[in-house]
Amino acid sequence: MNGWIGTVLRIDLTTGKITKEPLVKDDAVLFLGARGLATKMFTDEVPASVEPLSPENKLIFAPGPFTGTLAPSAGRYHVVAKSPLTNGIAGANSGGVFGAAVKYAGYDALVLEGKAEKPVYLWIKDGHVEIRDASHLWGKWVPDTTDLVRSETDDDASVACIGPAGEKLVLFASIQNEMHRAAGRGGVGAVMGSKNLKAIAVRGTGGVRVADVKALEAAVWAARAKVAAHPVAQGLNRHGTDILVNILNETGCLPTRNYQDGHFPTADKVGGESLTAKVLTRKKGCFACVISCGRVTRVNEPKFAGEGEGPEYEAAWGYGPDCGVDNLDAVTKANHLCNELGLDSISAPVTIACAIDMAESGVLPANEFDGLDLRWGSGELIVELTRRTGLRQGIGDKLALGSYRFAEMYGHPEYSMTAKKQEIPAYDARGIQGIGLEYATCNRGGCHVKGYTIAAEVLAANNVRLDPREIKGKPGLVKAFQDMTAAVDASGGCIFGTFGMVADDYAAMLSALTGVPYSPADYVKAGERIWNLERLFNLKAGLSAKDDTLPERMLKSPIKTGPSKGLVSRVPEMLPEYYSVRGWDDKGVPSLEKLLELQLAS
Amino acid sequence: MSSAPRLSKLSFRLRLWLSNCVSEDMAKVLMIHPEKCTGCQNCMLACSLHHEGQFRMAASRIHVYTWEREGISVPMMCQQCDTAACMKVCPTAALHRSPGELLVDFTQNKCIGCHMCTIACPFGNMVYDAISQAPLKCDTCDGDPSCVKYCPTQALEWVDDNVSTRNRKKNYAAKFKIAFGEGSL
Repeated sequence: MNGWIGTVLRIDLTTGKITKEPLVKDDAVLFLGARGLATKMFTDEVPASVEPLSPENKLIFAPGPFTGTLAPSAGRYHVVAKSPLTNGIAGANSGGVFGAAVKYAGYDALVLEGKAEKPVYLWIKDGHVEIRDASHLWGKWVPDTTDLVRSETDDDASVACIGPAGEKLVLFASIQNEMHRAAGRGGVGAVMGSKNLKAIAVRGTGGVRVADVKALEAAVWAARAKVAAHPVAQGLNRHGTDILVNILNETGCLPTRNYQDGHFPTADKVGGESLTAKVLTRKKGCFACVISCGRVTRVNEPKFAGEGEGPEYEAAWGYGPDCGVDNLDAVTKANHLCNELGLDSISAPVTIACAIDMAESGVLPANEFDGLDLRWGSGELIVELTRRTGLRQGIGDKLALGSYRFAEMYGHPEYSMTAKKQEIPAYDARGIQGIGLEYATCNRGGCHVKGYTIAAEVLAANNVRLDPREIKGKPGLVKAFQDMTAAVDASGGCIFGTFGMVADDYAAMLSALTGVPYSPADYVKAGERIWNLERLFNLKAGLSAKDDTLPERMLKSPIKTGPSKGLVSRVPEMLPEYYSVRGWDDKGVPSLEKLLELQLAS
Repeated sequence: MSSAPRLSKLSFRLRLWLSNCVSEDMAKVLMIHPEKCTGCQNCMLACSLHHEGQFRMAASRIHVYTWEREGISVPMMCQQCDTAACMKVCPTAALHRSPGELLVDFTQNKCIGCHMCTIACPFGNMVYDAISQAPLKCDTCDGDPSCVKYCPTQALEWVDDNVSTRNRKKNYAAKFKIAFGEGSL
């Protein structure tokens, strides 16, 4: 096959049985790969009622057709499972080189089933697949695990692993590859931990075949030129994603102190410009990236000393303004800890912000503080709470359940800034209406990245600038972003590539690579198909229209200060039109016509 | 009337002289700037696509090594050494250099697969590929290196081999010398 490899690797951790199956070509064509193919396989094989941390849940790793090729900034993979955080579909996406390594080893997907009797790791060298004892690795942090697994397998192996957080089933534990890249959201690391699977090491020496080399190169160059000329892509290279701190603060949409406000006067201290000046040692790119937004960082201040990658914007915001902190060294350290312990660097700080908010408001009893001074603005506190959460020590054992379950435990779920129990990130839904609708409707719970309307509502990318406060036209905008992103994810792309590239570029590259003709409309349609398939799974899993909403604070408590003062989110007003543009009924259920149109029903 | 052919002959000679000395035919070298490398491996993808028509990194003539703890990436590739060890040990002159050229060239049908070149290269840049049954030798893509074209950060540069280039190369080599010196202490 061209673009795809043609083989799926299935490993039953309960029995140790390893099988190689042919890829179902029709599924690959319709669902592309990565997020699409993995979701298709997962929803075909796993009942929606499955208990997320039981052996019956499956964990699927899948690169896309672009992964391992020259398609610009498109070397990614997706991890699909049922989420222990949202009880809906979890789809976590990561860059680095792991996805490409899986392709070169000869697989379009790794399907992991069951539960190993004791801790194990996988060693995949091309066709050779081995389940190895990992007792000596259990408890190790991500960097040490990565080094040890490499030393026992191959220096050039790519390693994806969990840290202590995944082992201890923190509900928002991540899977980390090459130490610093994370399949972060939805608790896929906890699912991996529940299977007693510590790591996967992959070394591949095979190749990805191309249907039409000349056409592919032409399409790649056309796409690269657009990305290179795009001001947002240039900004991401200059200051990393953290460049967004000042942009959002100037819009008055930088959520502050657990969404109590939308403006943080000293935000600049944790913004990208400060990061570049103070802690940046080097820029880094994921596999096949032409942007290189990754930040290698080092903190010298002894209290927070260390080196690693990031923070990205969401972590800088979460540990920064959302916890009332403006100490970049502390924020960077807390982010490094997330990578080392294997925690989602959005859910971790937002859960911490929730706890501080509850403590400051007096709804968290002082005897629950675990000897800490829970208050806004403490760099020491965010670092310590991150450590305790990752290791499930003291108060961290409860924070490990995420902010919704934590706040609910004390009778105050309204303090949790979540949608479908997953923490909402860094763009204030009260001042930017489209992104609020994305948070409310995203299939994996509170998430910005699967329908990044910020590109149009704030960044004016691709010459589209829509008034962020307006709700007119936003349901259609959200749908368009969600469908396009699903297609980009499924083909192995990074959404930052869409700062420049459009569906025409992706379709041209995909057609040249695979030899299967895709029009731009076919490409986006694949995304819509994936979105609807995820929705169907969630509905079967028990989620419904009542879950397509935001916390009361975003709907009823206006932003207090700054340029967006007085605004609230108007999600409930937009929701009926969203269901309608999606071709869903008023309960948010896809119509049969829509499913037939998407080839999801026959 | 007779001056016209003479002039054209002169201009031809001038062009020839120029092309030998200062024009676009001047010898070029591939410079590596590791401090600009982000570890994205576009160069390896470009190299394997150019030489193999597919993305098979194991067949790339250039390799990027990344140290994740330190966050450092270094591209390694054939230096087309003046005194090329690979060429010296090649028993069949499959590796050879044409007079006046900087490129260490490779002729596939003379290669007997003895692997001596892979042992001799002091940088480890000569790798034998079992699939194509040949050493993976950089041929600078006939003077238009694909890796350079695809590098998004100009960490790879295809530049004239002049005094300033050589000095930069030397300065970089000096850094290596210091690093090796530290390592041996």
